[in-house]
Amino acid sequence: MSTVASLTRATLAKDLRLEWRSKDAINSMLFFSLLVVVIFSFSFDPTAEESRQIAGGLVWVAFLFAAVVALNQTWAREMRNQVLDAYRVSPAPPNALFLAKVIGNFIFVTVLQALMTPLFIVFYNLRALGPAYQLPIVAALGTWALVVNGTFFAAMSLRTRSREIMLPLLLFPISIPALLAMVEATGAILTGEFSARFWIVLLAAYDVVFTIASLFLFGFVLQAE
Amino acid sequence: MKRAFPILAVLTGVLLGYALHQALVTAPTEQTMGDVQRIFYYHVPSAWTAFILFFVNFFASIVYLIWRANKADIVALVTAEVGVVFCTVVLVTGPIWARPVWGIWWTWDLRLTLTLVLWLIYVSYLVLRRFSSSGQTPLLAAVLAVFGALDVPLVYFSIWFFRTQHPQPVIGGGGSIDPRMLHVLLINWLAFSCFAALVCWSRYRLEVLRRDVDETLALEALLEPRGSQTRISPTGRAG
Amino acid sequence: MSAAVIVTGLVKQFGRFAALRGVSAEFAAQRLYAILGDNGAGKTTLLRALAGLTPPTGGSISMLGTTDLRSVCGQLGYMAHPSLLYDEMSGMENLRYFARLYDVADCDCRCAGVIHAVKLDPLLTRPVGQYSQGMRQRMSLARALLNDPKILLLDEPFSNVDLRSAREMVSLLMGLRDNGKTIFVVTHQASLLEGAADEFVWMEAGQIVSRTPDLQPQETR
Repeated sequence: MSTVASLTRATLAKDLRLEWRSKDAINSMLFFSLLVVVIFSFSFDPTAEESRQIAGGLVWVAFLFAAVVALNQTWAREMRNQVLDAYRVSPAPPNALFLAKVIGNFIFVTVLQALMTPLFIVFYNLRALGPAYQLPIVAALGTWALVVNGTFFAAMSLRTRSREIMLPLLLFPISIPALLAMVEATGAILTGEFSARFWIVLLAAYDVVFTIASLFLFGFVLQAE
Repeated sequence: MKRAFPILAVLTGVLLGYALHQALVTAPTEQTMGDVQRIFYYHVPSAWTAFILFFVNFFASIVYLIWRANKADIVALVTAEVGVVFCTVVLVTGPIWARPVWGIWWTWDLRLTLTLVLWLIYVSYLVLRRFSSSGQTPLLAAVLAVFGALDVPLVYFSIWFFRTQHPQPVIGGGGSIDPRMLHVLLINWLAFSCFAALVCWSRYRLEVLRRDVDETLALEALLEPRGSQTRISPTGRAG
Repeated sequence: MSAAVIVTGLVKQFGRFAALRGVSAEFAAQRLYAILGDNGAGKTTLLRALAGLTPPTGGSISMLGTTDLRSVCGQLGYMAHPSLLYDEMSGMENLRYFARLYDVADCDCRCAGVIHAVKLDPLLTRPVGQYSQGMRQRMSLARALLNDPKILLLDEPFSNVDLRSAREMVSLLMGLRDNGKTIFVVTHQASLLEGAADEFVWMEAGQIVSRTPDLQPQETR
């Protein structure tokens, strides 16, 4: 019996292989992320003293925009040639497909962040005054929060008009507590003035709640015509 | 049951009138804020009413997900619509109150911020209902409502902690409330709840009728010979 | 012979459009059924309902003795006009992935075998998106056969396919039928199935209007 884990692995491998082959999406996304960083740096004077305090907000809003562009094409390949029907008709558990897409998006967005972060550090002369080791934890938890709900809502918006606008429209309100946590945690770590521990715990709780909810409810969304 | 509606309508009218009088005339004037404070009797009950409506929406959505009851879907739709209206009242009265009293339009006050986030979530809920094809709407909307409800405690805690880190002015002031003011507050809440129930009930009846008409037309289309029907192809191709 | 598929009073409405208006029929096993009719007759909707892709508004479907379609979906093969394949992967890569969805044993061997059966080359590394329409349809059929399904649901498998490929597909289908499969083919090219199909099922305006063993010109209706 094919387990969810092995099927997730197979689907993820397939997606990564396809992405690697075409490279269109990742290249244009990387360039888009670069543009976002530059525009933000022009808009918010990077030499101001408060830059360390506002950097948290800037960085995460930039990540959010890049993530939305990535999330919008999550299901693009499955919609072409109606491949999603092939999945729905098979006995394969929907959760395997969902997890594979979430992990794929997580990797995708993390790659984008890996490009954008050094640029932000350069443009804003950022340096962490607090415990810097917490930053990757915040990044991972925050990215998962955006990506798990984003993948789920991307699937929901497949059944609606104005697909591309529907995704951020659904995602942003629900993500507010996670966004607040990411921004505050990053700010706390960079300025060293507060402890980020509460925010990290909140992010972890958010991730657990919505991952479980998504796994529970994805089947319904997939089977909706 | 049918007779209850006009009775409720009359009761609501009376209560609203009484509550208005209480709020504007009878309630004692607040020491520091003056008469502007009376908006409190609209701001707070609207918030409570909105939260209750959204709670009902959550409940109805769960019922729909488990039993696929059409009535539950209608209740969810109705409470979301009326809830958004009450939320809007909160969001409008908040700044109107805050500006003359505290000199600021907005603050990340717990109640105000929570209301704003709920408003955003439920407006997106209504947009989803509007933009999805009619067969799938109840299911997708119910799923979104569950997500929204799960979000609420997280929103609450995040704002609460945010405020301890970044102290903000509190609209409405904390602390105990004069019992006479509490009395007026509760009267207003009762009036608003009756009004909400009345509007929800009307909207419910309207939606039931609308769906009945749709069903009848669908049944007609099923029984009559083809020819004059509009052809909407499900998969993009006829056949 | 017990019925493979029993449809009772099947209704499917999309808003006010009734695609299926009370379809009732029994389909015996090990037969090749050709489902014919004009555009808008409900053929695709019927097939999608049988595949479990479109939940009916009313009525019921019993497949292989059960009304829980999800439990028997592993024994179904479905093919539609879109290829249901990834354009960027080769045929073999596509099938290897879909074989995982069905938990097919001895994956590589089975995939190669199925590709041979549709007269294509398993070693072809060209991505499916660059295939001709005929090749793509055949590869799509191969995908539908991966799990050795008891019931095959094929929606317009011959459209835009060259005559030779189409004839090869028909003889393949006949062989599969002789091996015990129940096959439903929705098509506009009824003549291709003349002599091959056991029964011709005519649909019109969301209902089955007649079932004939031969392809006869339709009487005025």
